[in-house]
This record gives sequence, C-alpha cells and structure tokens, in this order.
Amino acid sequence: MYKYDAIDRQLINERVAQFRDQVRRWKAGELSDDEFRPLRLQNGLYIQRHAPMFRIAVPYGMMNSAQLRTLAKVARKYDRGYGHFTTRHNLQLNWPKIEDVPEILAELAEVEMHAIQTSGNCLRNITTDQFAGVAADELIDPRPLAEIMRQWTTFHPEFAFLPRKFKIAISGTRDDRTVTWFHDIGLRLKQIDGQVGFTVIVGGGLGRTPVRGEIVRDFLPWQDILSYCEAILRVYNRYGRRDNAYKARIKILVQSLGIDAFREQVEAEWAHGRGGPMTITQAEYDRVAAHFTAPAYEAVGEVELPVDKAFQRWLERNTQAHKMAGYTAVTLSLKQHGVAPGDITSEQMEIVADLADRYSFGELRISHEQNIILADVKKSDLPDVWQKAKAAGLATPNIGLLTSIICCPGGDFCDLANAKSIPIATAIQARFDDLDYLFDIGDLDLNISGCMNACGHHHVGHIGVLGVDKNNDEFYQVTLGGRQGNEAKLGKVIGPSFSAGEMPDAIEKIIKVYLENRHADERFLDTFDRIGIDPFKNRVYEGRAHGKAKTAEVEAA
Amino acid sequence: MAQLIKNGAPAADTWTTLELADGESPESVPLPAGDVIFPLAVWQARKAEIAARPRIGLQLQSADRVEDVADDLASFAIIAVHFPKFVDGRGYSTAALLRQRYGYTGELRAVGDVLHDQLFFMRRVGFDSYALKDGKSLPYAIEVGFKPFSNTYQGATDQAQPYFRRRA
Repeated sequence: MYKYDAIDRQLINERVAQFRDQVRRWKAGELSDDEFRPLRLQNGLYIQRHAPMFRIAVPYGMMNSAQLRTLAKVARKYDRGYGHFTTRHNLQLNWPKIEDVPEILAELAEVEMHAIQTSGNCLRNITTDQFAGVAADELIDPRPLAEIMRQWTTFHPEFAFLPRKFKIAISGTRDDRTVTWFHDIGLRLKQIDGQVGFTVIVGGGLGRTPVRGEIVRDFLPWQDILSYCEAILRVYNRYGRRDNAYKARIKILVQSLGIDAFREQVEAEWAHGRGGPMTITQAEYDRVAAHFTAPAYEAVGEVELPVDKAFQRWLERNTQAHKMAGYTAVTLSLKQHGVAPGDITSEQMEIVADLADRYSFGELRISHEQNIILADVKKSDLPDVWQKAKAAGLATPNIGLLTSIICCPGGDFCDLANAKSIPIATAIQARFDDLDYLFDIGDLDLNISGCMNACGHHHVGHIGVLGVDKNNDEFYQVTLGGRQGNEAKLGKVIGPSFSAGEMPDAIEKIIKVYLENRHADERFLDTFDRIGIDPFKNRVYEGRAHGKAKTAEVEAA
Repeated sequence: MAQLIKNGAPAADTWTTLELADGESPESVPLPAGDVIFPLAVWQARKAEIAARPRIGLQLQSADRVEDVADDLASFAIIAVHFPKFVDGRGYSTAALLRQRYGYTGELRAVGDVLHDQLFFMRRVGFDSYALKDGKSLPYAIEVGFKPFSNTYQGATDQAQPYFRRRA
C-alpha cells in the first residue's frame, strides 16, 4: 500500500501542530465556538450527545497491521476500548476528550494516519472497492488514482468551504461495489478502444433527499479526473445553495438546473482546465501505482478444505473470488449477532492485525458494509484463519445475509438521530439467529439509519429501515426493493411506520412472503421485482389496527 | 476598522469603501472623493463618471460574478472580495478566477469575516492583502497564519504546478 514520502509525512505533522494550536486558541477564548466548529469538523471532531465523536480516516479503506494496532491503542488509551467502522472508510471513536484529540492525531501521524476532512463542508475521504487490486472482475486497480485524489483533496484551497459536504467514490470493476450512483461524484471505470477512463456520475446522494446521480460525462480519460472534478467543484462552490443546509448538496443544484444545463456549465469550466497542470502524468501514476503492486504470492495449487458444515458456511459467505489461483479474500464479519454492527474492540483489532501479518501480507481493508477484509489469504490457510477469527467473534458466516446489517450509530450515540438503530439491528439479529434459516433466506441487504441523513444507507437496502420521530416517540419506516451496484435504486416505502417492538415481526412477515412466493433460485430482490410491493404490504399490515381503531387501542393502553 | 495585512506586515488602509445606505441607489448615491472602493452595482451604473479617477477600487460580494466585470479589470487598482461569513467559500473561486483566468494583477483584498485560520487558503488562491477581523491577534496571524503547511499538493494561483509535477 501507499507509503508516505517526506512531504506527505511533513504535511500531516504540520496538521497536528496546526490543530493543537487551534484547540489552544479555542480554550483561551481566542476562537469562538462558531469559529472553531469548522476547524474541528475538518479534523473529524463532532460534539455529540455524550461526548465528542472523533472520526479517523482510512483512505480508500486500506490499512496495514501497524495502523490497526495504533487504532487499537488509541481506542484503549483515549476511549473505551472499542471503535466503530462507518460506511465511508472511517473509524469513529465515541468518547474521546476534545483536549486529547491533538495527542491522538500525533499518535496517528506516526503511522501515517489522520482525520483530515473526515467531516465538515469540504472534500471528504475518497472511497473505493474493498476488493481493489484482488477482485476477479477488476479491470483496473482504482487505488493509485484514489491516492492521487486523496492528495489533491488535502487542504485544497479553493474548496475548503463548500456549501455542504462532498463525497467522491471511484470504482474499477464491472460490478460496482462503491455505490457510485449515490455519491456527489461517482467515477465508474469505462474503457473505450483500450483507453482507460471513467463515466462521471454527479449529484447522487442518500440523506433526506435521496437522489440517484446522473451521468455528466460518459467517458473521461483517467488523466483528466482531477481537472474535471475541479470544474464540477467550481460550479458547485459558486452556485450551490448556501441559504439552507438541507438544500445545499450538489444534487439540489443538479436537480434545479437539470443535468444538461449543469453539464454545459461544467464543460465550459473544464475547457479552461482541460490539459492543464492538474492533468495526471504517467510518471505520477507509475510512482503511486508502484506502491500497490501485488504481494509475493506463492505458486499454490487448489487445496482440499475441510467439509465441516460450519466451516463450509463461512467459506460460502465470507470468502471472495480472487484473481490469483490458490488465494482468496476473507471478510471478517463485524456483524456478530448482538453486537452493534461495525463495532470492534481493541482486542479484536489486535487479533485482526496479527491475522493480517500472519496470513495476508500485513494488510487489510475495511468495506462500506462495515466489515474487515484480509485480501490475500492462501486457501490452505483458511481453516486456521477461520478458527482464530471464530475465537475472536469475527467469523459470523453472514456476509450478504439478512443479519449482516449496515447500521449507523443511531440515537444511542448520535445527536442527529431521531431514533435508536443499534437495538433494532440486534433485535432482528436475535430473531434470525438460526443459521439454517438465515442461509435459506439467502442474499439480502438490510440497512438501518437512525434518521433521514441516511448514514446507514437505508435507501439502498433490499429492506431499508429508517428511524423517524413521531411526537417524541421512536418509529421505523420500512422500504423495500432498494439496491446498490450497477442497477442501484431507491427502495419504496411499504406503508405506515412501526414501533421498535413491532420491527422483528414486520421483518419476519416480509421474509415469509418472500419464502412463500419465491421460485427456485430467486433471491429476495428477484421475487420482489416479480411480485411487487403489494403482497408484502398486505401481509405486514394484515389485521393491524389503523386510523380510529389504532387511536382507540393507544388510548386503551 | 479591520486590521490590514499587506506584504506580510501591518499596513494602513488608504481606501474608503462606499456602502449603500438604506434608500440609496447605485444610480444616485453621491460618490465620495479620494481613493474609493465601489460596489459592483455602482461601478456598473456610473462607470462613465468613475472611470476618469486616477485610482479605482471595486468590491465584489460573494454572489457577484467575475465574468460581469472581466472586461474592466484593467481599470482597478484594488479589488476587495467580501466574505459575509468565513464559511462562505465563494470568494475563493472569485479570487482564483480573477488571477488565473482573467489575469488580474492589481491588489486583491479579502474583506469581511477574515480570520487567522483561512489566511493560508486565501493566499493560495491569490489574495495579497487581508483585512483581518477586529479582536484577532494581528502579530500572531502574520507570524503563523500564512504558513501552517510548508508544501502543497494542488496547483493554485500561488503555485500553478501541483506537487506531483514538482517532485524531484
């Protein structure tokens, strides 16, 4: 993976010094709360319900074992011994002290980590595919370009104070695993006559106004991605709305202008930057790409693996096709039933770091589904990896299954949340704790967000759950049929919302409708697409009191 | 009165900024004598009257478009770009366009909610004078505000070549 050079290192050390001084001036009253807020946000520091929340960047999801050990140490020393992986390649700590953050940043800088621009109205962490570099369906490795983009976004002088946050994802595979349709800019690999480039998608986003992005440029040579993004950003910085934070994302600008008028402005702007100094050189690409070369794979043949049922289940769900014969990518599930999705303890981080060192060339990745990937494991090592991961609670064989829930921290931790999300996730996991049943249900994405900001990506879950506030009570709205990937789309609301207590039953009824109606080999989504939402709706609300009857029931209670 | 920083040092402000009071219009507001920074609307309405002055200043609000004044830039000794709030980043694009696209070479001043921690970004996009907000330490801003980082990745006005083109 990428190793910092002297300048990269110097810049993050200078960032630590700068933030230390900003905290000092804030404590001394030289910076007002309002003046300090964007500065701390651009260093990942929120003030939250119980304590500050601190968000550390894992650029494009890549980490080495030393970095993960440092995260373990930091979580233990400055927090409560655990962290939470988010859907955008970050690790969040929920209980640090503001005064400690400069020290935390200094310790992170020693292993080439930082919290730069992990929140605030600026260019955020670049995200990509957790299987980058090893995926069997990959056309180019997006990581060198993601690193070049990381550097370009870092302290960009013109775009440090945008109307709102700005998220970019880059994908280099046939099957999109980076949700490019729902980013402010999504770059999707496209090849024309052997020339490598990207389709540029703009104005997508989840949040309170979910919008699928639109194609602003069908083909952009890879050399031009920085100059083209700058053109988009300049149009957005100048004309994006600043009067209303809820209407400030680029998607609103794109919607109000229409994609054709927006494209015209971007292309007019790009005419000036095209071919200019921000054009990526082959030399720079080669320099960065040299950091992402394949590890020293051994020539290994296929191996006999144990036929043990539990092992085979894990193999089926938690390993991934690899471009190298005899190797596989292992997903360590952070979706153990009963544990907050994406949470990981310091001890587990250290175990994962050891596993990475022993079995996967000392590197690992985190996915937007909030799991950890060991990308280069020899198949013959799988039984050992499984045993060790299992002992650490990291081998739940549920990747892609109903209980591998994407979930935000929700009302237990987050100030923005309307409702708790983690207890809903754990209640659903408890209801579907039977592995035979879970495997029978098969591929199913269930995503939960505690509010319409949609950090849990509920809109693109096959089943989406959104926490809503009704007269100070927590309720949950269910959507069906959302999806990520090439055919990404938003789910449809099934009907009136449910109380927390009703949720496991509601999910179970939805599952029952699927099981009763499915044809052989049909996944949940296939059945849903064939039969539509009505059978689900009818079952879920069957016999359910509503209107006057509901009111009477509530009054009687 | 803000505290002016120019050429890396405290400086006296020799310009008067014309502001329209309630009920005044660009067409009828009296034009003061001396070195005056005019709002864009006044310049547009009274160009013929103003153009004869030896030194002319222009103020751009964050929503004002550089394109609307691009042909006049040679007329101005100073352009002040107003930041209504420091989190309103439009002025950075205004400055970048003035310097990089339209070749403006006169004084480019950041005015309004101008704070210590934004000076680095402002210098990079092309500002060369800064009306630091009152109550903030001028010596400290001059000492450390402009140089939190010793190098930069992107191309900008101060350094057109991104770092990747300058690597040894």
